[in-house]
Amino acid sequence: MSRPALEARGLMKQFGALLATDSVSFALQPGARQALIGPNGAGKTTLINLLTGVIKPTEGHVVLNGQDVTAVSASERVRLGLSRTFQINQLFPHLTPIESLGLAISERNRSGADFWRVAGTRAAIVAEIEDLITRFGLEADMDVPTHRLAYGKQRLLEIALALATRPRVLLLDEPAAGVPEEERQDILAALAALPAEVAILLIEHDMDLVFTFATRISVLVAGRLLTEGDPETIAKDERVRAVYLGEDGHG
Amino acid sequence: MSGASSAVARRIEAHLARRRRWRAIEIVFWLAALGTILAFPSRAALINEIVIAGLFALSLDLILGLAGIVSLGQAAFLGVGAYAAAILASKDLGDPTLGLAVGALAAGALGFVTAPLLLRGADLARLMVTLGVSLMLGELANRSAWLTGGADGLNFSMSPVLGLFPIGFTGQRNAALYSFVVLFVLFALARRLRQSPFGLALAAIRENRLRAGALGIATGWRIVAIYTVSAAYAGAAGALLAQTTQIVSLDLFDFHRSADGLLMLIIGGAGYLYGGIIGAAMFIVLRDVISAATPEYWEFWIGLLLVALVLVGRERLRDIVLSRAALVWPKAAGRGAA
Repeated sequence: MSRPALEARGLMKQFGALLATDSVSFALQPGARQALIGPNGAGKTTLINLLTGVIKPTEGHVVLNGQDVTAVSASERVRLGLSRTFQINQLFPHLTPIESLGLAISERNRSGADFWRVAGTRAAIVAEIEDLITRFGLEADMDVPTHRLAYGKQRLLEIALALATRPRVLLLDEPAAGVPEEERQDILAALAALPAEVAILLIEHDMDLVFTFATRISVLVAGRLLTEGDPETIAKDERVRAVYLGEDGHG
Repeated sequence: MSGASSAVARRIEAHLARRRRWRAIEIVFWLAALGTILAFPSRAALINEIVIAGLFALSLDLILGLAGIVSLGQAAFLGVGAYAAAILASKDLGDPTLGLAVGALAAGALGFVTAPLLLRGADLARLMVTLGVSLMLGELANRSAWLTGGADGLNFSMSPVLGLFPIGFTGQRNAALYSFVVLFVLFALARRLRQSPFGLALAAIRENRLRAGALGIATGWRIVAIYTVSAAYAGAAGALLAQTTQIVSLDLFDFHRSADGLLMLIIGGAGYLYGGIIGAAMFIVLRDVISAATPEYWEFWIGLLLVALVLVGRERLRDIVLSRAALVWPKAAGRGAA
């Protein structure tokens, strides 16, 4: 098996008396389609924040492509190939999708600090903006301030922005959360079309989505990894049914 | 589909370049400003004050309008720039343009050193930190009387700009023109900066710092960079003020300088770079007109204007004015709104 794209080794996070993350270890292989599920309060958000570097673990390590990044800042981890989307849209309301994508791309190829060049004068960047805009079907709204976009389009931009950083590992935090039924298909199609070589960890409540998308599922309960396996095994697992599926129902 | 996709690419290019060209209204703005200086030589001192205050408010716009960083201590940089230029002049060192450069660099260096203080905490913390720095510097200038003249300040005479144009009481129009040229050059630089990838990254930091970081932007360093530039702009304003009035005093570090700059910027509108200049013109002209009528109470009207702007909102105020105008002159109002 090749070197994992992302690894958690014995991650612990203590908030006062609360042990939010309790010795979590797992590996995400290159190109993986893995899902992380768990009931509310299981510590999924804390785990994402630990992986992306928003908070530091009390103990344990995060390893990205073989490099220990536990002490590396969140923005530097992005440059090393670890990107994420947010459960609640974190966009730039008064910038347009073109501007948002353009700045993400410039930042990735280290021309984001150019203060003299006028934005949009590099053909390669324009071509890449175009590619992302067409791939996510944002042509009609690409020059409109983001806050005026339909919610489903904003969710798509959320993913497109993360992809603009050219990640090797992408953490998707409930990409379909709150998306109305008629726009859901767009999100599913966008997820299915994500580059195969990118390792993806999907954090999701929507079981239909999890079971269509993921080839491997990890179950987090009370800060600990309860079990891990392929979708069929997980669906049959009595403990998982008890803590999660039974409680939330299917879908 | 290459035809269709290149059409998208062209739209993307056009969209990103849409602010690059100077629009007619901008050209009119600068020509009108220049014309005002040439047409009213007797008011040159007042105009010079407006131009310098406009540059000072522009320096605040660079941090507040572009990056969303609030400050109540911009006077620190105004004072440092002014004293640097004044000390050079009082020792008879060099041309005013050298003093201008030294003033801007000195203030920029101070901005660079103090910027890390702004990276932690929220707006309130930044207001207090910036205010604290300006208080400390004012006191330092007071205690360093050997260099700054202390409470007496410094009086000095200036050599002509580039050895050709005397500025000062005998050359007040030259002084206003000198300040105007500096303002224009620095404005054009700021305008360019706003359209660059760096400017876009600042907008991203202002709009959503969390996401900006999640895109790999080292938000802290960008804030340090723009704060340094802003400080240099304020230092240039200070240097101009010192050189064209040929006097500096400790009041340059005063809190009211910072507050006035912020007022001007808010009155004119932050974020589009012209706001500081327009606000400075409105503020100083209003002060001049109202204080001629009621010398003691002019700040009442400035205060009223500020409250109205903040509570009613600039857009709504503009819409009200335009809708009233539409009753009288429908065509023009329609154009104004578009």
